[in-house]
Amino acid sequence: MIEHRTMDQRRKGSAALDEARLRQQAIGVKLRQMFDEVVSEPVPDEFLEILRRADLAKGES
Amino acid sequence: MATDHSAADPARDNIFKKELVALIPHLRAFARTLTGDPTAADDLAQDAMMKAWDARASFQLGTNMKAWTFMILRNQFYSEKRRSWRQSQLDQEAAERTLVAVDDPEAPVALDELRQGLAMLPPEQREALILVGAGGFAYEEAADICGCAVGTVKSRVSRARKALQSILEDGSYDRDGLSAGDAMRSILADAERLSTVR
Repeated sequence: MIEHRTMDQRRKGSAALDEARLRQQAIGVKLRQMFDEVVSEPVPDEFLEILRRADLAKGES
Repeated sequence: MATDHSAADPARDNIFKKELVALIPHLRAFARTLTGDPTAADDLAQDAMMKAWDARASFQLGTNMKAWTFMILRNQFYSEKRRSWRQSQLDQEAAERTLVAVDDPEAPVALDELRQGLAMLPPEQREALILVGAGGFAYEEAADICGCAVGTVKSRVSRARKALQSILEDGSYDRDGLSAGDAMRSILADAERLSTVR
């Protein structure tokens, strides 16, 4: 998508640009925090148990 | 997928398994953002983990296992979704359950608002933003995972960022008498606090 803007719009845009960038950075920080919160949760035992059983089953079949 | 059992190699399996186990926390986090529901997310992450294990013979060790497993998880999610014609309803229910699930007085307000904002994005924009903005994937890797062009990922991420910002600022939602302007303010304040700590 290409935006065609007048010089006047451009000037107004650049004034708001720093503020917009700041806000986007803040959202980015929160986004990573939200994701990392789950990543740092302890993994439920069920996961390792399922994998362990699959690994054992493969040897028997 | 046919697995060549004659080529079974316990040492290789062990390496594969160790790498897969290390990825479980990331698979859980990605699944949580796709489903919006912690229980459904763990079911999805477990299914993806087992699909990856069953397909281990087709994976080339030393290549990007994180991107490979994320692709498996994503495909699993959408094939399950296609089976459910009730999905738009489920999406709404999942979004509501997420709010309940994080209804913890200790949880920072800003995160809660962000989750709600994310839940309002179209799914393809949400996953692109999560992969690039939180999962640490390059645009090219995200494109491989989503099975689309790099340019498509870039435009989805850009649209998602704009939409999310306007949701948080202009109050496309309203909850607990908290206006969305407050949501953006608390996100800014929180980000500032986090960057000072670091």
